[in-house]
Amino acid sequence: MNEPATLGEALSRRGISRRAFLKYSAYLASVMALPASASQAIAQGLAKARRQSVIWLSFQECTGCTESITRSSSPTLEDLIFDLISLDYHHTLMSVSGDAAEHAREAAMKENKGKYIVVVDGSVPLKDDGIYSTIAGITNLQMLKDTVKDAAAVVAVGSCAAFGGIPHARPNPTGAASITDIVKDKPVINIPGCPPIPEAMTGTLAYILSFGKLPELDHLARPKAFFGETIHDRCYRRPFYDKGLFAESFDDEGARKGYCLYKVGCKGPIAYNACATLKWNHGTSFPIQSGHGCLGCSEPHFWDQGGFYKPLAAHAGVSAPLIGAAAVAGAAAGGAAAWIARRHQQRYLAETEAIDRSVGKDKG
Amino acid sequence: MELLQFSRGPALTFAIAVFLLGTLWRLIGILMLERRRVDAEARPGTPTPLAAAASGVLAKMWPHKTFLKSSLFSVLNGYVFHIGLAISVLLFAPHVLFVKSLLGISWPALPSNVVLAVAVITAGSLLASLVHRLTNPVQRLISRIDDYVSWAVTFLPVLTGIAAVAHIGGRYETLLAVHILTVCAFLIWFPFGKLMHAFLFVLSRGTTAIRFKQRGAEV
Repeated sequence: MNEPATLGEALSRRGISRRAFLKYSAYLASVMALPASASQAIAQGLAKARRQSVIWLSFQECTGCTESITRSSSPTLEDLIFDLISLDYHHTLMSVSGDAAEHAREAAMKENKGKYIVVVDGSVPLKDDGIYSTIAGITNLQMLKDTVKDAAAVVAVGSCAAFGGIPHARPNPTGAASITDIVKDKPVINIPGCPPIPEAMTGTLAYILSFGKLPELDHLARPKAFFGETIHDRCYRRPFYDKGLFAESFDDEGARKGYCLYKVGCKGPIAYNACATLKWNHGTSFPIQSGHGCLGCSEPHFWDQGGFYKPLAAHAGVSAPLIGAAAVAGAAAGGAAAWIARRHQQRYLAETEAIDRSVGKDKG
Repeated sequence: MELLQFSRGPALTFAIAVFLLGTLWRLIGILMLERRRVDAEARPGTPTPLAAAASGVLAKMWPHKTFLKSSLFSVLNGYVFHIGLAISVLLFAPHVLFVKSLLGISWPALPSNVVLAVAVITAGSLLASLVHRLTNPVQRLISRIDDYVSWAVTFLPVLTGIAAVAHIGGRYETLLAVHILTVCAFLIWFPFGKLMHAFLFVLSRGTTAIRFKQRGAEV
């Protein structure tokens, strides 16, 4: 059978009805907070779109991002869309192919020059010429530069690729860097999270396929559709925060009643992500619903924010020795100032008394 | 380093250090001064210095009837923003958590919406005090740059705190960082300007009362 020319054709061959396809388009428009009219545009765009060549590079990462997008309990339409992308190279999934996989990557780059999308998960080590992570003898840095050179766009999935993530955490022994630190001449979309929400990944790719352009991004190059609001603002426990009802620990009465987890370190107020609305595992739950505070994993430096269980309102490493030294210095300065002032006072009083005595003598 | 991390860490450390250094400097410098002798013989029934000081502090909580009419707005408005500041600073859950992280002590907090409402009233009251200062000829005449700076470093944390809680004017983490930085400005200015009255009003009222009472004068 011939390769399907368009996504619409491919979906049709896989038995996806037009009704189901339109439903998916409406769902996508809704998820990305697009106007209702965009649903039809997405449907038309996707139906006409050609299979997009995608090269997926995995660098310093834990494979969680790949697992997030591939390990779904049942195939969804989003997964099928993803299947229908021409995933020409995926380091983790194709690792057993060895040398053949590398040839596939090079062939895809040659055939789709200037058109393919590079998806990267994992950060790139820069220290000591990037020797801390290599694939097929090529450093991550070199592979990224070679692959991105002729790409149309780069999608950095996961917090490691987007912001450096855990490898970038202090003391960052490998000199881990994010993709935006390295790629300066191509459009880069960040889809952070540890791991990112699958819909954020597939939705962003579907948007690019539908409209032939990048979605609206925030100042950290994240699609606003998925990263436009904080977890806190959309959290179902938010009313408890407003009422001042908090869990004080993970096993107290407040925790059992589902009160706000702010006091036990929830980073929801500063975490921009769609967990509270899209949720995970087909909309089943998300960390806060499961009783754990948000780690803020879609934010830069989330590993170094001062502790997962430390409230956001707590200070971040106020130096006790410095403050103690300042207090001692202040007390010493006060004592010294008082000593000088007392000497002035005593001299003044002595002079005043001497004047009083001389005045008394004159009167006498 | 991001702005929020900077404000919660190094900036806060520096501000607290300056606050402690300056406050202890001034307080110890004053408390260790030579006591001024009162040459007048103590009148019969002169209270103990502590009782005299306490009565002096309390007596000045409300103006003398001679000045009541002319100073009524200043006094009432002063109470509004002082009580408002106390509630906003001490009874907002994130603030209680901040103190707990710093000193290890905590107390119950009010619902966030209640504190937000109090903070809005406080901000309005502070604005009214500025307008009063600018429009009252006497107050304007006696006002110095210290008064305006002290007002600004008090008002800005309230304003940015409201903005952060209500998500007005920017992203939450940015507003929170700016809020903390304005608190840092408050702490740094505190010992060196008129904000020090938070500690000194007790000393000045108490000392005055002790001297007056010994002479048999009403405070």
